[in-house]
Amino acid sequence: MTACHESASELLDQLATGRTTALALTQACLSAIASHDESIGAFLHVAGDRACEVAESIDRRRTAGQPLGPLAGLPVALKDLLVTSDQPTTCASRMLDGWLPPYDADCVQRLREADCVLIGKTNMDEFAMGSTTENSAFGPTRTPWRLDCVAGGSSGGSAAAVAAGFAPLAVGSDTGGSIRQPASFCGIVGLKPTYGRVSRYGLVAFASSLDQIGPMGRDVDSVARLLQVLAGHDPKDATSLDTPVPLYTEQLDQPLQGLRIGICKEHDREGLDEEVRQTIHNALDVYRSLGAVVQEIDMQHARFAVACYYLIACSEASSNLARYDGVHYGHRVDQPDGLVEMYSDSRGDAFGTEVKRRIMLGTYALSAGYYDAYYKKAQKVRRLIADDYAKAFQSVDVIASPVAPTPAVPLGRLTDDPLEMYLADIYTISANLAGIPGISIPAGFSSDGRPIGLQLLGNSLAEHTLLRAAAMYERETDWHLARVPLDQGTSP
Amino acid sequence: MTAPRTIIGLEVHLQLQTRTKIFCGCANRFNPDEPNVQTCPVCLGLPGALPVLNRLALELSVRAGLALDGSIATFTKWDRKQYYYPDLPKAYQISQFDIPFCQGGHLDVDILQDNGDTLTRKIRLIRVHLEEDAGKNLHDESGRGGNSRIDLNRAGTPLLEIVTEPDIRSAAEAHRFLEELKLLMVYLGVSDCNMQEGSLRCDANVNLEVTNTDGDRVRTPIVEIKNLNSFRGVEAALDFEIVRQLQEFHECHSDYPDHSKQTRGWDADRSITFAQRGKEDASDYRFFPDPDLPPVTLSDQDIARQYDMLCETPTARRKRFHEQLGLSPYDASVLIEQGPQTADYFEAAADQCGDAKRTANWVTQDVQRILNEGNLEIDDLGVDAHGLAELITRINTGQLTTQTARLVFAALVENEGGEGSVSERIEHIVLERGLAAVDDSDSLEPLLDQVIANNSQAADDFRNGKDAAIGKLIGEVMRELRGADPKTVRDALMAKLRP
Repeated sequence: MTACHESASELLDQLATGRTTALALTQACLSAIASHDESIGAFLHVAGDRACEVAESIDRRRTAGQPLGPLAGLPVALKDLLVTSDQPTTCASRMLDGWLPPYDADCVQRLREADCVLIGKTNMDEFAMGSTTENSAFGPTRTPWRLDCVAGGSSGGSAAAVAAGFAPLAVGSDTGGSIRQPASFCGIVGLKPTYGRVSRYGLVAFASSLDQIGPMGRDVDSVARLLQVLAGHDPKDATSLDTPVPLYTEQLDQPLQGLRIGICKEHDREGLDEEVRQTIHNALDVYRSLGAVVQEIDMQHARFAVACYYLIACSEASSNLARYDGVHYGHRVDQPDGLVEMYSDSRGDAFGTEVKRRIMLGTYALSAGYYDAYYKKAQKVRRLIADDYAKAFQSVDVIASPVAPTPAVPLGRLTDDPLEMYLADIYTISANLAGIPGISIPAGFSSDGRPIGLQLLGNSLAEHTLLRAAAMYERETDWHLARVPLDQGTSP
Repeated sequence: MTAPRTIIGLEVHLQLQTRTKIFCGCANRFNPDEPNVQTCPVCLGLPGALPVLNRLALELSVRAGLALDGSIATFTKWDRKQYYYPDLPKAYQISQFDIPFCQGGHLDVDILQDNGDTLTRKIRLIRVHLEEDAGKNLHDESGRGGNSRIDLNRAGTPLLEIVTEPDIRSAAEAHRFLEELKLLMVYLGVSDCNMQEGSLRCDANVNLEVTNTDGDRVRTPIVEIKNLNSFRGVEAALDFEIVRQLQEFHECHSDYPDHSKQTRGWDADRSITFAQRGKEDASDYRFFPDPDLPPVTLSDQDIARQYDMLCETPTARRKRFHEQLGLSPYDASVLIEQGPQTADYFEAAADQCGDAKRTANWVTQDVQRILNEGNLEIDDLGVDAHGLAELITRINTGQLTTQTARLVFAALVENEGGEGSVSERIEHIVLERGLAAVDDSDSLEPLLDQVIANNSQAADDFRNGKDAAIGKLIGEVMRELRGADPKTVRDALMAKLRP
């Protein structure tokens, strides 16, 4: 177990009391990455020297008694679609291979101001399109728990980095479950905040109305601390919410009295793995033992969620990715025959299969004569789904469900069947359609040692409730304490 | 057979005079000499960058919409218009598709008829919407096939698109519409409408309704003319196209192989339109609401605030100058065309001195000449409206002659006359140069006698009936008394020599 296997609060305590330094932590992370990331594939770029310089300067300031940010000295891994002015940003695509952005994402700026050590950029599905991180142009990420299985996606690299002890904290993005599902596959905590809670400025867009940046960490407290830094209004993002940010760590250790948990009978559907079903069942028992009330809720339009989601997400993606045309930056073919050929060949060369598939789906859905039947109708269904949630949260505080129908799947399983991959998003995508927050927390393991997560969804801007509800469960269980036995070889 | 009827509709793009661009903080300034310096991640369309609406751009647009008598939407939104072009870095333009901020409206245009009458034509508008401008592609014009370059300084400039109904009936009318629209927008402070700098651009749609040999009214295919970069060009291109379409109609006996809309370019050097590959070939713009920008609501107060910012339209003002201030239609037009600063200057001066006609002459001639010679704006002139009014008053009360007033005016422009108020400065210049008009015979008497004595030959000639001889005497007096009114001097001499 490396130093970076500890939780954020433990490490902050060690830093504050001089039992470790930012440099020591950073070096421990770098050395763990150097030893083990070849088999996991969590990072696309490791900012070794630069990270050490930042760590040293934080240590110097600490020694000098200067004020430090709230996460001073903690290494943080960034999903490679957050633009960074001092590290390349590729979105795991050949299209942006080697692109060095001239600016920092708003959340990156906040992390720098919090004195985090930005240790590297993590692997993902190309442009965040996928659920396994196998759609990366630079190879897949494996869950550290089972190297023959995927880390989940699209924030697979960030989830695997935390699980493997490469960094105590990571930032991901979630368009349809891309933080929560890999968190589940890798046995860590991941939170997708309310749409607009974290600025999207500098997040390379997949589907603008669904994308949301969120924290990933070893335990609920770590995630609360990271969210505290990420959240807040940003005038550079017109969809950013201008509402006060509560203190997420406050009262985190106090259980919610009479917590009302909703469960949706549509969630217990065909294709749900028996061990996952049992895990959720057990988790609900834990909550009941803490005085929570579990009740069924009605999600009338849930069955339309997958179709609705893929129409909206692909439509927006087809537009957002049009800018990668080889003209201003990114990949351009050599000696194209003409302008149109430059566009089509550059894009044809550099985009992967899944990205092309979604661009084509979205282009089709927005085309003249199809717009009303697809995109416009999907937007109406989206409204109905959001209304279902608003109604449900009148009678429950959180909604519990699996994160994914199965634990981490073997490599290659879902890439062969895109439709099955899309359907596997069923538990997570509704939260993005409704814009509400959701969290995934470790809740058990399959019999063959693959982590299983529990998802809790909350009302808009109820991150604090979600975190407290998650912390209640965490205190009663020790799933979050399980560590990957990296040093003894990684197969169970 | 009735004459063919011309049907013209215009699509005008105006760059707004905002300090910054529409969706980012970059400067909105014409700057072709330093390409790509007025750019940031947002207007470069870099991955991750997001647009934020410059509310001022919308406010200026609303003001323009109100001045055009359009109805302003209280709810409007932003849509992405998607197409690939190198000057469009996001591969979509943020525009307004189905809910423009302004619908309907009209612009009334006075057309001077051949018989001298003025006909007012009401040109209705379909809509006005706001969008972002694209950058500019710069191609190698040497013919050596060098790389094209792209300047994105212009990308993200707020752009107003005004679309007329096909209400325009001639090329000259189109020209007049553009002039009137330009004046209105300049007066409102919405746009400088500088065609050379591309802040006003125009496409024209034109076709004809012609009677065929069966006596049926038939329409020729609509042609959209692009690349029109001057008002004169718009008129010439439309005139060319009207003739061409009529010719084509007769040649094909109104049996067109393809009746769909065509795009033609205007070649200003050869004065012809030429067929272009239409973008219609590939135009499914796949409009959809931009998820990065929340819809905009405009409250009644927001709209009322812009309504309060409206000024008198140039048309109304021109009419008032003619009808209330008694200027000729020509003088009124010339003043209005000089722009709002000049019109304000004129009006302030005319108001103070009470002589609009003389003020108009001064402003359109003396003032304008000095401005042109010095390449100055009227606000930079050393003489404000108050000073001009003062000079005109002095002329009208006989204290200065028109000629001496011009000298005083020139001196004022050169900042002479000290530091005081403009009246004090005028007083100072008049005294210093001895320009005061002399009209009381008391001060003239001794000088007249002296001049007559010194020029006895001329005086005698005049006494003996040689009228021209008085010129020399007047000249001598005037040389001594520069502020004298020649008529007064002549009358006084006459009284002395031919009592």
